[in-house]
Amino acid sequence: MTTTPAPEPEAAPAAVELHGITKRFPGVVANHDIDITVRRGTVHAIVGENGAGKSTLMKILYGMQRPDEGTITVDGTPVQLTSPAEAIKRGIGMVHQHFMLADNLTVLENVVLGAERLHGIGAKARARITELSDQYGLGVKPDRLMEELGVGDRQRVEILKVLYRGAHILILDEPTTVLVPQEVDELFGNLRLLKREGLTVIFISHKLDEVLSVADTITVIRRGTTVGTVEPAETTARQLAALMVGGELPVPGLRDTVAGERVMLRLEEVRSLSPDGRPVVDGVSLDIRAGEIVGIAGVEGNGQAELIETIMGMRPIASGAVLLDSVPITSWHTRRIREAGVGYIPEDRHRHGLLLESPLWENRILGHQTERPNARGPFVDIRGARADTQRIVDAYDVRTPGIDVEINALSGGNQQKLIVGREMSGEPKVLIAAHPTRGVDVGAQSAIWDHLRAARARGLAVLLISADLDELIGMSDTLHVILRGRIVGTADPHTVTPEQLGSAMTGAGLDPDAAAGPAPDAPDEGEDAT
Amino acid sequence: MNDRLSPRVRDRLSSLGLLAAALAASAVIAGAITSAVLLATGVDPGYAFAEMFSYGFRPNSVVAIINQGTTYYIAAIAVAIGFKMKLFNIGVDGQYRLAALLGAAVGGAWVLPPVIHQVVIILVAVMVGGFWAGIAGYLKVARGISEVISTIMLNSIATGITAYLLTEDRLAVQVQGSNNIGTRPIAESGWVPGIPAGFLGANNEIYGLVLLAAAVGVGYWLLVNRTRYGFDLRATGQSATAAAASGVEVKRMVVYSMVISGMVAGLIGMPQLLGASHHYALDFPVGLGFTGIAIALLGRNHPVGIVFAALLWAFLEQSSLALTIHDIPREIVVITQAAIVLTVVVVYEVVHRIGRRMQQQRVGAQLGTAEVA
Repeated sequence: MTTTPAPEPEAAPAAVELHGITKRFPGVVANHDIDITVRRGTVHAIVGENGAGKSTLMKILYGMQRPDEGTITVDGTPVQLTSPAEAIKRGIGMVHQHFMLADNLTVLENVVLGAERLHGIGAKARARITELSDQYGLGVKPDRLMEELGVGDRQRVEILKVLYRGAHILILDEPTTVLVPQEVDELFGNLRLLKREGLTVIFISHKLDEVLSVADTITVIRRGTTVGTVEPAETTARQLAALMVGGELPVPGLRDTVAGERVMLRLEEVRSLSPDGRPVVDGVSLDIRAGEIVGIAGVEGNGQAELIETIMGMRPIASGAVLLDSVPITSWHTRRIREAGVGYIPEDRHRHGLLLESPLWENRILGHQTERPNARGPFVDIRGARADTQRIVDAYDVRTPGIDVEINALSGGNQQKLIVGREMSGEPKVLIAAHPTRGVDVGAQSAIWDHLRAARARGLAVLLISADLDELIGMSDTLHVILRGRIVGTADPHTVTPEQLGSAMTGAGLDPDAAAGPAPDAPDEGEDAT
Repeated sequence: MNDRLSPRVRDRLSSLGLLAAALAASAVIAGAITSAVLLATGVDPGYAFAEMFSYGFRPNSVVAIINQGTTYYIAAIAVAIGFKMKLFNIGVDGQYRLAALLGAAVGGAWVLPPVIHQVVIILVAVMVGGFWAGIAGYLKVARGISEVISTIMLNSIATGITAYLLTEDRLAVQVQGSNNIGTRPIAESGWVPGIPAGFLGANNEIYGLVLLAAAVGVGYWLLVNRTRYGFDLRATGQSATAAAASGVEVKRMVVYSMVISGMVAGLIGMPQLLGASHHYALDFPVGLGFTGIAIALLGRNHPVGIVFAALLWAFLEQSSLALTIHDIPREIVVITQAAIVLTVVVVYEVVHRIGRRMQQQRVGAQLGTAEVA
């Protein structure tokens, strides 16, 4: 099925050719005049900032969105991609950023699910999986249970799923987000092997060093359009970054410590259990003093989200204690905790931070329903809330035509700025910030960092959780590493490198010699959620 | 201030305009469907509609429509409270019947001074309705039982309980001048006088408790749009996860909302009980709760929208009496009602999307940039 000719990149027609692609959403131009030529048998990277339009472009290529203008040519034939099924028929497969796998099924079952007609669900399918796995060096064992596999293995299963369906052009959307540096290396090894076997890989990323190390060609997207295509040998991370942002890169800067002595938030041996009784937060103890930012590094899914939910009273605490400014708040309900002065920037703003179909000013009230200026006695103070929303819009540079538009009409960065402004209102004592700059453009990102720094200078205690190691290192005064619900190490953000952190995040310890990963990361633009 | 408010007013006006357009469109579609059915049965639709209109707008019909609409309005508000937080209180019917029965029984048992008498009856009905709905709310949060299932079953239980209580050994007596049985009649001190409708040229009376319905509507609007509780209610309806993260105790909200919905449901039977029949009998209408669901949908859970929806519903039912006179099956009106509800759901969704697109275009235009998604 995946009969692919020997790589003859120059002679054969291009694997994929995009010409003049334009896609408009209501009020928004997501892509315009995109021109990309992907040669067969190469790894072609598409880099751009969060929100530059990469995801839309990929959705167009995978048939999930139809372009308003422009042509797509696959293997020299012009095509109309109307659905993912159509794209797969043309040999285009997508490995999603977030895995789409069923934990309680085996690898074999996951791979054949939805493609039962190709090779059945039995011995023939197993043989095909083994054959593909050997051919591309994926090392996937068909009978392992998915829940036993680590993140890297899961990703290889996702790749295999796509190959099984006959794809010879693979789209990988931000594949390294969920990986630690060592796993990234393994993935790149796999990609090189795929390329050698004649497959074409389209690699979406915003991490420049990764792109430089693995890609044969790099296309840069900025503000929805292609601004340049370069060979990695002829460029540097700095030049690429300049192309991407069209200017200087913001770096979260280190500064003198302003932390006071007063402990604003103290966790004592906090434990929280999953519904099946497994500890997901396992004896976490830490102190955050006034004017201190405490960062928590860890691969996603190691208890960070649960830790925050436990502090915020959204998840029952199994044992241990939480003290806010020396007052035990362990058994308090979320509203009381918030009223006591804990701001909360949730990890998933759409699920936990916003009412998407409500106007901005109602979203200003959310989470602070009982506080001034939003409420007066049992009533909502509409005038007060509206005036304060306008204040936030002005002070935090939320780009909106007004405070009466539904918040889902705004871009992610502007939504996030409103949330940050809201949670900083009313002089909180503690701010719980989960991925505060995720899915946010560079301008908004540095603005949010500035606001966090300013609040810290005023004595705010911040618990910062992020998947962006540069953000963690740059912003934190103290840095803890979390692994399987436990704090496994504490690093000095002034001296630690991303590689050391990445190594600690996998459990290898904070050994300085473990920095045998890829070349040091350039400043990174935050994690993608688009 | 005026400048600040004007976009808000404009938004509200444009959304009201869209709403009106949606209603008109669905009325046209429903009319077309009904016409097709009439034609298929060999009746001239123009003739049938003309008869319905001329009958429906007679003064006595108008009063009957207002009275029926009053009952429907309260039923729809009871349903809408649940809808606002995505709770489906299918049990309004059972809550209303149980409440009306027990309210009537208490009202008939004693003679109390005027005002106190009516207040006692209404309070009993409200408490019974709230209690009955609260059972479903409790089951949902304590045992995770869908309120759809539990309220439907509670309807059946309510039917059983009413049948059990409404026997001559217990709460019922023979109704004078008929072989029907009902609760002991409420003494005149517990009646709510009607409003003479001479100004409409009619010789019947409008229920005095039409004012209660109006108060329910205003209270509903205040509760939902102006109170913290209402904000929490709407937030929970839009996104339970975001509401929980904002500090709303979602489980408690579920119970409270069910109870409030049931309390309003308890009021449904009051206009008829205190204004006309003065006792609860077997001929009290069944199915008002379900009609309330349709009307709440039609009125978009909006206190004013529901007024029009309830009146439209009552008008169709009243005017369908004209069809019987001319030997046209009046069940044709049920088809019209069903067609209206179905089309209106679709049309609202379309209108909603158009409205959102218009807003996003305005955002894009005003920011004047290719803001990337």
